[in-house]
Amino acid sequence: MAVRKRSPKQNAAKKPARKTVTDATDKHTIGCIDQTARMVYDKVLEKAYPELRSPIRSLSNVGYDKQVGYLKLGGAVKTRTLSVNTVKSFAQALKVMHLSKEMIEQDTFATKREAYYVSKNWDDAKFNEQPESDTVMDDIEAMFSMHGVSREQLRFYPEEHGGAVAGKLVVIDRDPVSGKEIRIDCTQFGTGAYTIPHSVEHLGFETKAKFVLAIETGGMFQRLQAHGFWDTANCIIVSMSGVPTRATRRFIRRLSEAQKIPVYAFVDCDPYGISNIYRTLKVGSGNTAHLNQFFCVPHAKFLGVTPYDIDDYELPTHKLLDVDVKRARDALKNDPFFQAHKPWKAAIEKLIKGGVRAEQQALAKWGLNYVIDEYLPEKLKNTKAFLP
Amino acid sequence: MDSQSSLFGEEAVSTVPGRKTNTRVAKPVKAAESEARKSAAKQAAARGAKRTKRTKGSKGNKGNKGATKAHELAASAREISVSEFFAKNRHLLGFDSKRKALLTTVKEAVDNALDACEEAGILPDITVRIAPIKNKEDTFRVTVGDNGPGILEEQIELVFAKLLYGSKFHRLRQSRGQQGIGISAAGMYGQMTTGAPVTITSRIGSKHPAVRVKVRIDTTKNAPVRVRRDELEEWPLDHGTEVSIDLVGKHHRGRGSVEEYLGQVAVANPHVTIAYWAPDEKKPRLHDRATRKQPVQAKEIKPHPYGVELGTLMKMMKSTRSSRLAAFLQADFSRVSKKVADEICALAKIDPGARVRSLEHKSAEAVHLAIPKVKIMSPPTDCLSPIGEPLIQAGLQKEIGEAEFFVSRTRSPAVYRGNPFQIEVGVALGGDLNADSPVRLMRFANRVPLQHQPGACAITKAVTQVDWKGYGLQQPRGALPVGPVIFMVHIASAWVPFTSESKEAVASYSEILKELKLALQECGRHMQRFLNKRRRVADELKKRGYIDKYIPHIGQALRDILELDDKQTDKILIELRETLERSRKL
Repeated sequence: MAVRKRSPKQNAAKKPARKTVTDATDKHTIGCIDQTARMVYDKVLEKAYPELRSPIRSLSNVGYDKQVGYLKLGGAVKTRTLSVNTVKSFAQALKVMHLSKEMIEQDTFATKREAYYVSKNWDDAKFNEQPESDTVMDDIEAMFSMHGVSREQLRFYPEEHGGAVAGKLVVIDRDPVSGKEIRIDCTQFGTGAYTIPHSVEHLGFETKAKFVLAIETGGMFQRLQAHGFWDTANCIIVSMSGVPTRATRRFIRRLSEAQKIPVYAFVDCDPYGISNIYRTLKVGSGNTAHLNQFFCVPHAKFLGVTPYDIDDYELPTHKLLDVDVKRARDALKNDPFFQAHKPWKAAIEKLIKGGVRAEQQALAKWGLNYVIDEYLPEKLKNTKAFLP
Repeated sequence: MDSQSSLFGEEAVSTVPGRKTNTRVAKPVKAAESEARKSAAKQAAARGAKRTKRTKGSKGNKGNKGATKAHELAASAREISVSEFFAKNRHLLGFDSKRKALLTTVKEAVDNALDACEEAGILPDITVRIAPIKNKEDTFRVTVGDNGPGILEEQIELVFAKLLYGSKFHRLRQSRGQQGIGISAAGMYGQMTTGAPVTITSRIGSKHPAVRVKVRIDTTKNAPVRVRRDELEEWPLDHGTEVSIDLVGKHHRGRGSVEEYLGQVAVANPHVTIAYWAPDEKKPRLHDRATRKQPVQAKEIKPHPYGVELGTLMKMMKSTRSSRLAAFLQADFSRVSKKVADEICALAKIDPGARVRSLEHKSAEAVHLAIPKVKIMSPPTDCLSPIGEPLIQAGLQKEIGEAEFFVSRTRSPAVYRGNPFQIEVGVALGGDLNADSPVRLMRFANRVPLQHQPGACAITKAVTQVDWKGYGLQQPRGALPVGPVIFMVHIASAWVPFTSESKEAVASYSEILKELKLALQECGRHMQRFLNKRRRVADELKKRGYIDKYIPHIGQALRDILELDDKQTDKILIELRETLERSRKL
């Protein structure tokens, strides 16, 4: 084993040359890393115990802020003081921060899994299992979120990519190898679609579309795309495939904010579609409240399918299961977002009372193209009536 | 006490059970009588057709008016001797297998030797030799010698060759032997398996010659037969006794072996020196004494009223020297004052001045029922001789060798059924002991190791019932705890309640179980304190290791992020180490 081990020095020799960091965001991130390290350094010289501070990431420290429009971490802060008990994770946190700085300077990135493998060079400070490195990374992520720095900006990318996009949009990306600018026209994918990348921070947008339609299922996305709905309605359609990933949420957020266009959600009418998919898109999730400031779309609105649509459009239904009812009641009782919005309370209560759910595709009862010809246009005529 | 008298004293010795049944049932209804006869007849038939036939033949005249079935059966009944009884029931005394026979023989001889030395106030030097007898398979000569007071010549044969002859049965005092069966039973076993007599050599003082006697046991008469007598001109000791028995047995090592037994004797009797020559070994294994302090002589006490049974009470009433009931209660029991005696009599509604010997069965019963209702002081405890906490530790230490921690507890005396008893526990932990197997449990009753039937014993029960997880040991459900620990548990009592005659397990009286658990828990608490401290020290060392392990990484990371030079980095490392070590205290 010892024979094949490479020393850190050899490793350093193989590193690509450092590039000058010009990007303002990257400069800010590096500044934060340096500042944190400097604080530790100064404390040590003062013969005091250095500290790392991060917000407490638990549901007790999560609230819904109507002003900013997403689930937000409260003010509770956890201080990790360097002691004999924490010396290992302290060392690892600093190591990970250094890795992050290195990656920014070399303009590269690592997935969580890759970062875990990189740590194998760190001798005693290496991570034995990925959950260990995930915990340390989550802590750092939370720590830097206080300075407005996201995990992607620290160059730790999630494994999963985003959803599919089609419509009147040009995405401005760059070639990952040459760095040359690329313009991607999302109308030019034929029957396919543009896939949102892991990190969307560097993307630019050009569009004249009037709104973004975020769709729960791939099936509905295909139908709208096949009939050129984005063309007739002058919009951008995004497939979320269930609960939207971080990249999807960030993409919609950046797109809609940059171009100042509204976002409408089109999901199944059931507790999962409402309290999981839509809620996560709009205000983020409680588990990752420290991320929500980046990964949510606070101005998104709920187009449908609403509990009222079930009656209005005489949709075929399925009975709500016990888990569905439980989920709905839980949303009413514990979810600060639904508690803050009376129309949602009423809608969910109606859903529970009706005891049934309806899927997006249930509209096909009136014909396969009914959704394009009748339902969506009718809904879009009165966007003010959308649920918040 | 009663279990002995019923087993060997009355029924078994006097008559065949069948006849007894008949006389007892003869009084009530006729139907029952004939029933009883039928069953008796069946029993007789089962006992052996041969004997019945002979009886019939000798009578000859079937038509005789007086010759009933009862006559017939009566003729077949005859007295059996205790020794005969033993010959058929040797498992009751611990001679059921070859291995066990060898151990039991050594054990009985050593117990007797130790009791004799202690009573005479002599520090015991015991020698044990087991030598194979040439050309005979599984046959050994067991020789046990002591430096005790010796035995008068006229008593030698009785001590070693008559069952139920002893000095210890009729008194209430803590001693190893109780019944006077052990050593003569061993001799009888030897005689039965090899045909050889028992050889005893004894000397009572330097001015007396040593006498060597060979004795045989007449099993039908339970009487000794002297085969040979020699006077020895030279004998190495001024006083002492040596007994030598040839027997069929099997020698082994490990669990339940003579070796283990002697080791445990040395633990519980730190004032004893034992030299043991195992078969085919030239050098003896020596267990040196750890103290020259003799155990305190236990005093003899009278029975306590709470423990007495009706039959015993009646027997005592018949044989007492007092003439009045109240006087009898005061004189023959411990802790009975005039007030207590009067109270018992009042509750039994019998005149305290009644003539005790003429009281009927009914009155005895009334007295027996009245006793538990009267508050009587616990029995005196000077009949007990515990080992004592320091000597328990000394004994464990010298026999076990390396262990990290010792603790011992001697509880105050307590009482079960009117019998005083005292529990002692010693614990040795760590060192060379095996950490992954169940703890080793050494059980002792009146300083005698108990090596068999651990499952039936109150001591084992108490150890398994204590929750050792709370004291830092692992413990499978309903089993002995696991860990590098030896427990030595001692019960001292004037009358240890054994579950059988072979004295292998202590009966589970609730008072005894309670005391056992309390003693074990007390030791457990000390053990836990030790374990906790050891764990803290180990943790601390591990954490100090963390400092060495991870501080360089903190320095490295800070150097890389902040682009420090070597001097700055070194300073960081030094400061950080100082700061962290300041926070630790060991």
